Amino acid sequence: MRRRDFIIKSAGAGFAAGAAMSFGGYKKLWPENQPGQTYDMVAIMGGKPDAMFDLGIQEFGGMTRFVGKGQKVLVKPNIGWDRTPEYAACTNPALVKRVIEHCFRAGAKEVYLFDHTVDNWVNCYRNSGIEKAAKDAGAKVVPANSESYYQEVSIPEARSLKKTKIHQVLLESDVIINVPVLKNHDATHMTCAMKNMMGVVWDRGYWHRNNLHQCIADYAFFSKKPVLHIIDCYNVMTKHGPQGVSKEDVANLASQIITTDWVAGDAAAAKMINYDPDKIDYIKIAHNLGLGNMNLDSLNIRKIKM
Amino acid sequence: MTSKALKYIRLATALAIFAVFCVLFLDIRHLLPEEFFDIPLWFQFAPSAIKFISAGEAAATGFIAVLILTVLTGRSYCSFLCPLGIMQDLISRAGGKIKRRYRRFGFKKPHTVLRYTILAVTLLFAVFGGLYFITLLDPYSIFGRFMTYFARPVITGINNVLAHIFERFDVYAIVPLHFPSFKAYVYIIPSLFLLLTGVMSLIKGRLYCNTVCPVGTFLGLISRISLLRFKFDDSKCTKCGRCAIACKSSCIDFLNKNIDNSRCVVCFNCINSCPDKAISYGFVRFSSAEKKVDRKKRELIGGTLLLLLGLSGRSSGQEKNTPVPQKASTVKEKKTSPVTPPGSTGIENFISKCTACSLCVSACPNNVLVPSFDQYGIAGIMQPHMDYHKGFCAYECTRCLEICPTGALLPLLPEAKKLTKIGKAIFVRENCIVETEHTACGACAESCPTKAVHMVPFIGNLTIPETNDDICIGCGHCEHACPVTPYKAIYVDGLPVHTAAKKPENIQTDLKHDDFPF
Repeated sequence: MRRRDFIIKSAGAGFAAGAAMSFGGYKKLWPENQPGQTYDMVAIMGGKPDAMFDLGIQEFGGMTRFVGKGQKVLVKPNIGWDRTPEYAACTNPALVKRVIEHCFRAGAKEVYLFDHTVDNWVNCYRNSGIEKAAKDAGAKVVPANSESYYQEVSIPEARSLKKTKIHQVLLESDVIINVPVLKNHDATHMTCAMKNMMGVVWDRGYWHRNNLHQCIADYAFFSKKPVLHIIDCYNVMTKHGPQGVSKEDVANLASQIITTDWVAGDAAAAKMINYDPDKIDYIKIAHNLGLGNMNLDSLNIRKIKM
Repeated sequence: MTSKALKYIRLATALAIFAVFCVLFLDIRHLLPEEFFDIPLWFQFAPSAIKFISAGEAAATGFIAVLILTVLTGRSYCSFLCPLGIMQDLISRAGGKIKRRYRRFGFKKPHTVLRYTILAVTLLFAVFGGLYFITLLDPYSIFGRFMTYFARPVITGINNVLAHIFERFDVYAIVPLHFPSFKAYVYIIPSLFLLLTGVMSLIKGRLYCNTVCPVGTFLGLISRISLLRFKFDDSKCTKCGRCAIACKSSCIDFLNKNIDNSRCVVCFNCINSCPDKAISYGFVRFSSAEKKVDRKKRELIGGTLLLLLGLSGRSSGQEKNTPVPQKASTVKEKKTSPVTPPGSTGIENFISKCTACSLCVSACPNNVLVPSFDQYGIAGIMQPHMDYHKGFCAYECTRCLEICPTGALLPLLPEAKKLTKIGKAIFVRENCIVETEHTACGACAESCPTKAVHMVPFIGNLTIPETNDDICIGCGHCEHACPVTPYKAIYVDGLPVHTAAKKPENIQTDLKHDDFPF
């Protein structure tokens, strides 16, 4: 092989590999079961959000299981509403901060954070306390208020959500960590891990118009999935969600669920807020499509009380 | 005084004031604290007068300060404080660079009939009809519209281009912003006035201010009795005419050594143009010749002042112009009344005080305020209303009420604003996705900050919206969020007179887990 051919061929191979990775499923290139993975889910109760995460992620094998050296990480909390932390309309800022710190400790090169908010984004970022918490931890807080940030992707396996526009920071990141907050929700009864991804797309109205539950489940077909779901059940909005009318809506459950299976995570979260997961359509749809497992009895769950 | 420094003091002040007004309207990221707006807006003549006369706002005494200033110094307001005047001075300077003769003015006779007719019509309409002519001709409001509909889009466009450049370098300090675009009719009036003031100032200095502008004409009446004014020193003047050529107002008749004080805007250019220091600015000595005409002038001024004061009695007499709610339809969005911002207390009050300066349109962080076409009747063109297809009124936000210079919007405490009902949500079941598709939606209910829109059981696991008029404040978030097209399944109809909504009631949740429920 001549040197020139080698260069051309290797460039082509590199491009093909890169393209293959961008189409997703590249995780299959590496062994599925890594040492230390013993639990499907870790649930913690009785501590502060950050302390519960410290303990929980340790039990789950540490952040190094998910974040490699030099990687670009996206941490996706829920920052949808212009509400202060005590309303629990957005993810607890202390938890967000601790998650970012763990990402950096695991070797992340850069941690990004954004949410396509419903209320005015400047106010949401500020008043939720998340912008400050994230910046203090060293993350890059990225706006998501302009359509120009979004790129169209197709989800061939989807039933309703065949195409959607997703924030470029998500598309460019190596690792996605989902940090939703559990809440009652007027549209879907509850919101948690899967529904939190409505904050990475531009046109949410499409989801509402085209069978909302199906679209939420469909998003889980998208190749760039979050590798870890850290569900904030510290303060939980039990009614009048997703915004809440006053602090009376909030119950202090002082809990947290850490899992790699968002269908399982949502099923467990549903029980935390006293809902039957069978009656939350998107959980059932996702389960039936093989996107996760809502049968909590068949999972290996580590439960910790602090 | 014959000091050349006077002109430079004028220049420095005017540029500073101009910069402040540009910042007010071009604060595209809404970073300015509301208090910053108060001082420059306080002395804007027409807005302050409207606020004082119609709302009885004791703090709105800026126009009185301007009157006192005028009695003391003449029309210095026009040169020092009026943003439109300063803008025209800048254009005139540019004109001089293009063609020298554009900056060589010379004495011209005043367009007396025209200017007093415009002033009289403006005031008569203000008293008996409505604010139409003030809205159209108030210089601050004209300037505000230039900034809002021309300058702001340009600045936003530059910002957005910069944002995309920075974004490539992974820097997100500059963020792309909503580009302010409006329907075509919005640009008609600002364009006409940009043309009018632009061309007139480019080639004729302050001709607009001395012919069309009712504030200029009105202050001109008062400046006839001003204490400080320009005068000739007969012993020094060589009748070279340089002062007349330098005078932007074309008001120096150097042959007769006469200065038309009603048109002089106190720019001090004449002092600096005079090689012999023959023009000075100082206290006037009333000669007997002047006293002869004094009485007529004073009657005119007094009459005009009375006319202005008469505004107060007429400020609420505009029933005939208020849109009357029509019969509501149930399938299509059928709005019977436009929605006015909270703090306006209702349509009638709002349209009788708003001069369409568009500061609120610029300042609204949610882009919900847009200029009207005929929502308030064609006479209310450019007065803003809430367009819930473009945005919604954020629950916690009181920005527009804090900054309104005319009192068309009065400040409300955030807690009061959250209970001010400006419209009511109307649910059109026939359009709703839950009804037509039998799939879940709830976009309206999730957006509702008071839960006036909430979901009730429908078929199976489905829920469908229901509205509670008692606690609905008409913020329009439901209408904005409703994904149905082309007609929304929920919309807000304006209340011609705002009312108080009930406070949403709530009970403490009792959800508790002693152990994991799974």
